[in-house]
Amino acid sequence: MTGLSELISRAGGVFLLPVAMALVAFILIGAPSSWLTLTVAGLSMGMMIFLMASGLSLVFGLMDVLNFGHSAFISFGAFVAASVLAALGGWLGADSVLLNLLALICALAAALAFGLAGGWFFERVIVKPVYSDHLRQILITMGALIVAEQIILASWGGSPLNVPRPAFLEGSLLIGDASVDLYRLFAFALGALVYVGLHLLLNRTRIGLLIRAGVENREMVEALGFKVDRLFIGVFMVGSALAALGGAMWAGYETLITPSLGAELMVVVFIVVIIGGLGSIQGTLLGAIMVGLADNYVGFLAPKLALASTMILMMLILLWRPSGLAPAVK
Amino acid sequence: MTLLSLQNMQTKIEQYSVLHDVTLDVPEGGVFVLLGRNGAGKTTTLRSIMGLWKPNPGSVRFRGEDITGLHPSDIAKHGIAFVPENMGIFGGLTVAENMVLATANGKFDQTRLERIYDLFPALKKFWDKQAGTLSGGQKQMLAVSRAIIEPRELILIDEPTKGLAPAIVNAMAEAFREISEHTTILLVEQNFEFARSLGRDMAVIDDGRVVHRGTMTDFVADKALQDRLLSLSMFEEEAK
Repeated sequence: MTGLSELISRAGGVFLLPVAMALVAFILIGAPSSWLTLTVAGLSMGMMIFLMASGLSLVFGLMDVLNFGHSAFISFGAFVAASVLAALGGWLGADSVLLNLLALICALAAALAFGLAGGWFFERVIVKPVYSDHLRQILITMGALIVAEQIILASWGGSPLNVPRPAFLEGSLLIGDASVDLYRLFAFALGALVYVGLHLLLNRTRIGLLIRAGVENREMVEALGFKVDRLFIGVFMVGSALAALGGAMWAGYETLITPSLGAELMVVVFIVVIIGGLGSIQGTLLGAIMVGLADNYVGFLAPKLALASTMILMMLILLWRPSGLAPAVK
Repeated sequence: MTLLSLQNMQTKIEQYSVLHDVTLDVPEGGVFVLLGRNGAGKTTTLRSIMGLWKPNPGSVRFRGEDITGLHPSDIAKHGIAFVPENMGIFGGLTVAENMVLATANGKFDQTRLERIYDLFPALKKFWDKQAGTLSGGQKQMLAVSRAIIEPRELILIDEPTKGLAPAIVNAMAEAFREISEHTTILLVEQNFEFARSLGRDMAVIDDGRVVHRGTMTDFVADKALQDRLLSLSMFEEEAK
């Protein structure tokens, strides 16, 4: 038994869980083409959730701040990107892939820029006065979320907004009998790229080292001569920008968005952060992928359980590992 | 010459007043030992010097400069290092990464690093290991090494022998002796044997006040004073 546990641990440990889920689903689903379509859908959904959740996990881990307003950046990212895409409708529908891509890059860049600026404002004005007071953090960030939703309502109206997709990402790729949505493949690739970037930032740079150390023991980092507050502003801004980027990608995925988009996704984002373990980027990725896969597999196998699948997954994982699958501080 | 001067320092933690009146001059060079019973305010004194808790009222002067209430990072930049009671090791980081964090620009002074390897050979062996997997003694070695990887003028060390095996305690005493040849150490310690083997000057804190100051030689010679200020039980425990 110990030998098996060591072997699993050496092969990747908890990071093998998505592989195990995929294998079990393969047996249960039976049809390889359906399994492949669902797996790609689950992975791309997971990557988009990862974009939204990674910042929240770092902010929570580094500064012990419960930011319920995080989802406002998801909503704003979606609406800002949708507006830019609508304004660049000519480029989106053009035959040129380059113009399509430019329109998409402009939309994502606008969402990122909004997230960075909004993150700075949110941290300085709303979060900073309530450091080390969880109750006030919850109240004020929930309040900020309501205000943000109202701003979106006032700016974009209450009707669902159509989000056009770039022409080059419309349609599907056929692999055998399986149909794989191009937009989902792009979402997966973008999420993977962001993960690699974050991984390199955290593990290969001095700022990353400070962030990892700050997540473990903020006070000691300060006693070593560093101002964690400044670091936190940066992390908060990047986290908010990633949430906005995730929101922008989600908007293209759903193609119809409402002002309550962020609030609806927030539950899933919190579940991913809890499942993965606070302050850990690897944990957040793992949690997001598992949630994405579970949602798609259960939705296919037992549609009535689809809504509850994420909650059930969280309950099972927390019963097994109360601190999450791969927390930054063990 | 006085390196660190605490004047009428009072510190509150939430609504509790822990330090009532700490006035103390720490001379430059050697090991200055701060003794006292559990809960007397020794750790609070170190944390207040380091800026982790803000004394109010009262002042902390370092080389004559008022550093009261400065951010801990600014205090660290004055050349003051802190080794907390829990060692403050980043368990998820490697030994090397823990050490890099303590350098000013991310680069090691090779001479200093070699000196650390000589003091604590275990660190070289476990250089790329996760610090969280080290033993208690090795973690303490890492915590002390982190404090001396850059030139410091004062090192605040809180109960470094707590929970360590006697052999490690002896190694630690040797290391402190060597470090104190170049750097002043303000040592909080419950292990009286360890403290008296190192200390040149000393003070006793009781109920948040400095109740005695003097040389370690005089204090060791005065058993009645030891009994009155530190209680017998401490020495009985040490004797065992």
